[in-house]
Amino acid sequence: MDYSAIFSYMYTEIALVGVIVAALVYDLAAGKKGRQAFHGVMCALLLLFIAGTVYPYHKETAEVFGGMYVYNPVYGIVKSILAIGTLIVFLQSDTWIRKEDTEFKRGEFYVLTLSTLLGMDFMISAGHFMMFFIGLELASVPMACLVAFDKYKHNSAEAGAKYILSALFASGLMLYGISFLYGTAGTLYFDDMVAGINGSALQIMALVFFFTGLGFKISLVPFHLWTADTYEGAPTSVTSYLSVVSKAAAAFSLMIILMKVFGPMSEYWQTLLYIVIVLSITIANLFAIRQKNLKRFLAFSSISQAGYIMLAVISGTPYGMTSLIFYVLVYMVANLAAFGVISAVEQNSGGKVGMDDYNGLYRTNPKLTVIMTLALFSLAGIPPFAGFFSKFFIFAAAFEQGFHVLVLIALLNTIISLYYYLLVVKAMFITPNDSPIPAFRSDNSTRLSLLLCLAGIMALGIVSSVFDGINLYAFGM
Amino acid sequence: MEYTVLILLLPCLSFLLIGLLGTRLRPVAAGVFGTVVTGIVAALSYLTAFLYFGAGRNADGIFPEQIPWNTEWLPFGGNLHIDLGILLDPISVMMLVVISTVSFMVHIYSFGYMKGETGFQRYYSFLSLFTMSMLGLVVATNIFQMYIFWELVGVSSYLLIGFYYTRKEAIAASKKAFIVTRFADLGFLIGILIYGFYTGSFSFTPDASVIGTAKIFLPLALGLMFIGGAGKSAMFPLHIWLPDAMEGPTPVSALIHAATMVVAGVYLVARMFPLFIGYAPEVLHITAYVGAFTALYAAVVACVQSDIKRVLAFSTISQIGFMIVALGVCTSADPHEGGLGYMASMFHLFTHAMFKALLFLGAGCIIHAVHSNEMSAMGGLRKYMPVTHVTFLVACLAIAGIWPLSGFFSKDEILAACFNFSPVMGWVMTFIAGLTAFYMFRLYYNIFWGNENKELHAEHRPHEAPLTMTIPLIFLAAVTLVAGWIPFGEFVSSNGQAYHIHIDWGVAATSLCVAAVGIALATWMYMREDRKVADSLATRFSGLHKAAYHRFYIDEIYQFVTHKIIFACISTPVAWFDRHVVDGFMNMLAWISNKLSWAIRGMQSGYVQKYGIWFLGGALGLTVVLLLI
Repeated sequence: MDYSAIFSYMYTEIALVGVIVAALVYDLAAGKKGRQAFHGVMCALLLLFIAGTVYPYHKETAEVFGGMYVYNPVYGIVKSILAIGTLIVFLQSDTWIRKEDTEFKRGEFYVLTLSTLLGMDFMISAGHFMMFFIGLELASVPMACLVAFDKYKHNSAEAGAKYILSALFASGLMLYGISFLYGTAGTLYFDDMVAGINGSALQIMALVFFFTGLGFKISLVPFHLWTADTYEGAPTSVTSYLSVVSKAAAAFSLMIILMKVFGPMSEYWQTLLYIVIVLSITIANLFAIRQKNLKRFLAFSSISQAGYIMLAVISGTPYGMTSLIFYVLVYMVANLAAFGVISAVEQNSGGKVGMDDYNGLYRTNPKLTVIMTLALFSLAGIPPFAGFFSKFFIFAAAFEQGFHVLVLIALLNTIISLYYYLLVVKAMFITPNDSPIPAFRSDNSTRLSLLLCLAGIMALGIVSSVFDGINLYAFGM
Repeated sequence: MEYTVLILLLPCLSFLLIGLLGTRLRPVAAGVFGTVVTGIVAALSYLTAFLYFGAGRNADGIFPEQIPWNTEWLPFGGNLHIDLGILLDPISVMMLVVISTVSFMVHIYSFGYMKGETGFQRYYSFLSLFTMSMLGLVVATNIFQMYIFWELVGVSSYLLIGFYYTRKEAIAASKKAFIVTRFADLGFLIGILIYGFYTGSFSFTPDASVIGTAKIFLPLALGLMFIGGAGKSAMFPLHIWLPDAMEGPTPVSALIHAATMVVAGVYLVARMFPLFIGYAPEVLHITAYVGAFTALYAAVVACVQSDIKRVLAFSTISQIGFMIVALGVCTSADPHEGGLGYMASMFHLFTHAMFKALLFLGAGCIIHAVHSNEMSAMGGLRKYMPVTHVTFLVACLAIAGIWPLSGFFSKDEILAACFNFSPVMGWVMTFIAGLTAFYMFRLYYNIFWGNENKELHAEHRPHEAPLTMTIPLIFLAAVTLVAGWIPFGEFVSSNGQAYHIHIDWGVAATSLCVAAVGIALATWMYMREDRKVADSLATRFSGLHKAAYHRFYIDEIYQFVTHKIIFACISTPVAWFDRHVVDGFMNMLAWISNKLSWAIRGMQSGYVQKYGIWFLGGALGLTVVLLLI
């Protein structure tokens, strides 16, 4: 076997394993002083990893391990985006992780998070359902540990339990679906399987069951019910990771598998997505209106955003793939900015995350308030922020393929979403409060992460080369 | 000539720097920085002009168009794309020189004029913004880029008119200027869109093959574009904002509302000239009539105004009318004779920018000295302000068209072009030229001679302005003295080939005579301390005088149309519809959303086993749906 091909094409995963091993060794070997610098070391390592893997070294598709692992430049782009998201989450987690009850196990936080990232990378690059499933599980199981990271807190433990139970349920159903596929098509390789896809009743069932597994990860209605409880209970840094990175990876691999494997059944999965999109966007919006806890609020907002992401998937075109990746990138910076602010406020005010707590925040913490506002504007899709352009592209992608009514429904829902995003803005700027959260200074790495996000919110939409750059490599059905 | 990018980038940088640092910067530092930057820009512009014209002509005798820098900014489908770039051709290079010169002079002048004002830094940052936008407008490579900078110019004009934002009049004036020009720009935008849609290009000079199908829409598109130009250039009836815009600081009036921005409309027509002359000569002639009427109207109004800045404002409107007329009387008959007006218009734009800026800056010195805009506070100022007096006189002679000052040469060419077009047009414009001489000397005598307001002057003795203010005056006066001898036709002409200016002595003699009569009349009426003739004329034709003083009630008509007709008959019912029907529908949607979200709250129960049921139920339900279709 030619090992050089493995190193040549799997460089992302191999480098990531290296980072994980380095983190493990550092965790064990570093002294007291070394642990103080742990955060900086991890961020630097991750940055190094991103710098080393961001450039697509090959322009062509390649297979390793007999087709189990597939290399494609566009996969590389998505993996880099996920890694950047992880880096931002790391930057925001410092204050939280330094607290007394988590300090001693901070190494585990880094290792677990990076393990899920590794799982997602495998999931994206899989060329075989088993590989895909292993990647999915590698992304799920450590995630449950992360959700329950503050295990002595009731909420966190409950959230962890709910997450792992739902995840098991989803995995079981998905595996069941995959077994149907194996039964009807006789293979688990993506490329070979297409020939055996004919749209029989069993395969429709397989499609739906398979879809539930990823629908759970992306938290689409009706597979979303764990989301609010888990987001609320999990440590905020984990929530932000869950809401962005995990979701993005699942959405992208869903698109790839739907196009590659279920291509002949596109009519069926487009209907499926149609229903799920309408349900996700609408129901999540209706729930979001009523939320009083910002983390829960953003949970529902992220469900509705997931519905929008599916608008890019439904088209199945190269343009759709580009707009999916672009949407995910833009969503990532905006959502991480919002969670970064929430995390900073939570850590510096003794755990306040209620919407009422934010009343009058502008007077005490104007900079954080402005960042939060811009992030929410971007999420709502107000020009000239990046969110407007990303929404525009996904709408265009779906519209092009004739989903006119669907786009109209999505558009109407953006109005509702605008309402609840502005509720937060109103609380921060307008609602008077005698004792707002006092002014504080967040740590430097959080500030850096917020600046990064802010730059993304402002610039991604206007710098057209980002979209064009992704578009170079995107492919469709 | 890639360095020409700096001509735009430097003022932009200066705007951002001064604007962002704000009051953290010391006023002097802000002023010096802005002035130095503009000075560099002026130097670069001169260098550009020198290199461009120095490089010589092509084989076919025209100066080659150069695009030293260009980027495709926004591609649409097909060939349609919006570029941002820098275009150098004779008129854009000429405009670079004009704008940077006047801007530089105004920057220096403002040191003295704005000394001690609050918001000094803000003032300089806005000036930089304006300079950048105006320069970007003239070097635009395509009509859309021009539009972008066009709007930027409008914004900076708005900001500067409203500079004294604590004064109610200033706010009203800035809003009026913005709304009126913006309204006109709507026409411009629609024109651009029609143009882009039918020709598939935003270029100034599209291929003839592209135009073939779009031919019938070109007159419409160009006409709409001219509406935008008419708004910016204060053509009747869109002129109403310019007199009010005099609420801004006087140097701003000199820069924006006399020399540069208000000629943007003229520049626009000149820019689109090949299309006008080729495909829409009728529209071009309509612009001539609009221009002529505006020139006449504004000249008459200028004869009776008592606020010196208003007189100058109406004089500006009238002179821009001359430029538009000159463009409008061009014909395609003979490239040289028919295109004379084009050259004359650009020439007049150039000379007018200099002497009108000089007039405004001089007026600024006077206002600075007596703290009033009204003629009644002046009179006899020649004793106190010798430099201002002499330079002002030079400018008055120039605008009146007296040989050998610059105004004579450019105005003579315009009149010659008008006589070529039709004798009636020629005589009307000659009459207006005489009127110009009259009202300018009425202004001059009322300020520097005539009945001195001794009471006021005793209380507060007028004094000559500081050196920072007089140096620009002297410089501009010097330019006014010699600019007429520039062989302008060698550089700018309608078809690009050299045009040897020859003075049509018949026309020149007529216009000189008319100007002399105007000046003599003004001298007779206003030079002495008692002004029996003027007063008795005013009482005898009191109706006409009053109407002219109130600018023929155009503002009142606007007021009536907007308030009584548009607001009352259209806006109010629409507002009612919006309040009750549209909002009601939206409220209903909100109510439904609210109820629904209350109804489905049971789904999110918190029991993970129920979540499992939903999950499985959802999966099975979706399967059933898919099986059924």
